[in-house]
Amino acid sequence: MSKYLFKRILISLATLLLIVFILFILLQFMPGSPFNDERITPEQRELMNIRYGLDKPVLVQFVNYVKNMLTGDLGVSYSISRDVPVTTLLQSRLPISFELGFWAVIVGTFSGLTFGTIAAFNQNSIWDTISTLLSVIGVSVPSYVFALGLSYYFGFQWRIFPILFNLNDKAMSMVLPVISLSLFTMASIARFTRTEMIEVLQSEYIQLAESKGVTGSRLLFKHVLRNASIPILTVLAPLIVGLMTGSMVVEQIFSIPGLGQLLVQAIQSNDFNIVMGISFIYSALFIFVMLVVDILYGILDPRIRVTGGE
Amino acid sequence: MTDEQLKAINQHYDFLPNDFEIADKGQDVNEQEIYVRESTFRQFLTKFSKNYGSVIGLVFILIIIFFALFGPHMNNFGSNEQIIGNESMAPRVQFLENFGILDGSQTLKASTGSMEINRYESNPNATDTYYWFGSDVLGRDIFTRTWEGTRLSLYIALVAVIVDVFIGMTYGLISGYFGGKVDMVMQRILEIINGIPSLVIVTLLIVVLRPGILSITIAIALTGWIGMSRVARAQILKLKDREFVLAARTLGAKPSTIIFKEILPNIFAQLIIMSMFSVPNAIFTESFLAFIGLGVPMPDASLGSLISDSFKSFLNAPFMIIPPVLVLSMTMLSFNLLADGLRDALDPTLKEV
Repeated sequence: MSKYLFKRILISLATLLLIVFILFILLQFMPGSPFNDERITPEQRELMNIRYGLDKPVLVQFVNYVKNMLTGDLGVSYSISRDVPVTTLLQSRLPISFELGFWAVIVGTFSGLTFGTIAAFNQNSIWDTISTLLSVIGVSVPSYVFALGLSYYFGFQWRIFPILFNLNDKAMSMVLPVISLSLFTMASIARFTRTEMIEVLQSEYIQLAESKGVTGSRLLFKHVLRNASIPILTVLAPLIVGLMTGSMVVEQIFSIPGLGQLLVQAIQSNDFNIVMGISFIYSALFIFVMLVVDILYGILDPRIRVTGGE
Repeated sequence: MTDEQLKAINQHYDFLPNDFEIADKGQDVNEQEIYVRESTFRQFLTKFSKNYGSVIGLVFILIIIFFALFGPHMNNFGSNEQIIGNESMAPRVQFLENFGILDGSQTLKASTGSMEINRYESNPNATDTYYWFGSDVLGRDIFTRTWEGTRLSLYIALVAVIVDVFIGMTYGLISGYFGGKVDMVMQRILEIINGIPSLVIVTLLIVVLRPGILSITIAIALTGWIGMSRVARAQILKLKDREFVLAARTLGAKPSTIIFKEILPNIFAQLIIMSMFSVPNAIFTESFLAFIGLGVPMPDASLGSLISDSFKSFLNAPFMIIPPVLVLSMTMLSFNLLADGLRDALDPTLKEV
């Protein structure tokens, strides 16, 4: 297990470094420069480039960037809020995005598990049909469409929840974005839970447990859910990544001051360091999630633990 | 054993004459089920048509394709034809307007209250104009533009399938067939590519290449094939030690012949299903990019850019956003349903990756 873990962490780090490099190369080809102000003369622009080290060769810039990154310095913003360190900007934005994503995962996973379980235990009943229908719709309709619908009815027509994000009323403002983000997770988990559970329910060890008199919640949690949870876990990782995509748009719709919104702004105004910083955070998070899922997979399934993941 | 259980065992039962009846043996002894020999395709058709979801999905896809092809020519508005004075008109449809629905009236909401207006009546040039889905803030016909946008989404769907088949399938097949060192290296590469959040790369790539149909195609081609290559690899691992492969190898067939002529036909169904599953994903990616302002450039329309444009006047004129949202959702839904049905009919054991 420890050897497997070591290998996995090594691959993750290599991936992260590669991503930083690719991002760096891509950013070099970005059209335009961060200093787009019409009033800036070419000479001034030149001076700005020298000041921020943008005149050096790409490779030197890359090495410098990685060096600074290791000390926790992600550079300064060029145009959105000049000379403010990117880390400061991220610090103010990250908690909100993180909170949004966290609740979306929690709500989505638990409601998905519930729907999937109900459908699997009442196969081919009306509950099954309803839950299948809901999950197909949830998978097919993009989260921003839900966000638009929810904000129109609950925010604009009925005025139950605030239509735009309001820091003073955070709990209420979070409700609509969390729901619209979590629907996709919910639907995918429900679909997957249903298929996995039906398979587990038909297996011999469940029949044995049932014939031994294990029923109700004990059967569900100890025997069915544990065995069904392993494959479910594998879909959770891509789903969490999907949430990042979704959050960019949902943050835009509800104007939540989160990472996604900042990234969109930074792309539009060529603020390289911010784009770089946020992309790095996203990538690191993504890789971290994949790593955690892999490790959890080993803990839940002894077969993987023994053979070291081969 | 408790007393109650003993009692139950020792209890004596009296049977009445009509408690049992003799089973009609004549029926099931002589009955033989006759199976008509059916071709695989016919079997597939029967199974497929039993799955209502997939049939509905297929029908919807056909309807959407039909409208995407002919919709823009169904009325006289051009896709980029702005008529000054006809801005933000609500949907109005011939015949239906007599029943009070889709008659061109819209409700304007303000903080002081709401008011119902009909722009067709107040505009002297528009008494005989019919915008079936309404017109946008620049006075363009939403019906025409929606179906123009659908064309782009369908093109994206096509790209996704082609990428899946050509890149993903080939990669997976080669990696799985050769195994050993080749597999090792190819899988490590895949792991690294998979570790890159495609959203970030796609977004930056589009910024670098300038938004346009070509750059969206490239972006999807770069990231869309990973799931497919996994399935292809898993499938070929199942088959590559089978006798028919061994036979081909003993007869001296080249690896390429074995992979593409011997093994591929056996797993083609599974791969097609997988490519169907990647279609909604690709369509979503495009609409997502359009929504954050990286879609096709201005006068052209895509479903995503239509949604993102009408989002700006969403609260005052919700009718503008409904057609593209509905068509987009229906397209994705139909492809999902179709893929589900195909999977159930062809290979129920296949799982999504």
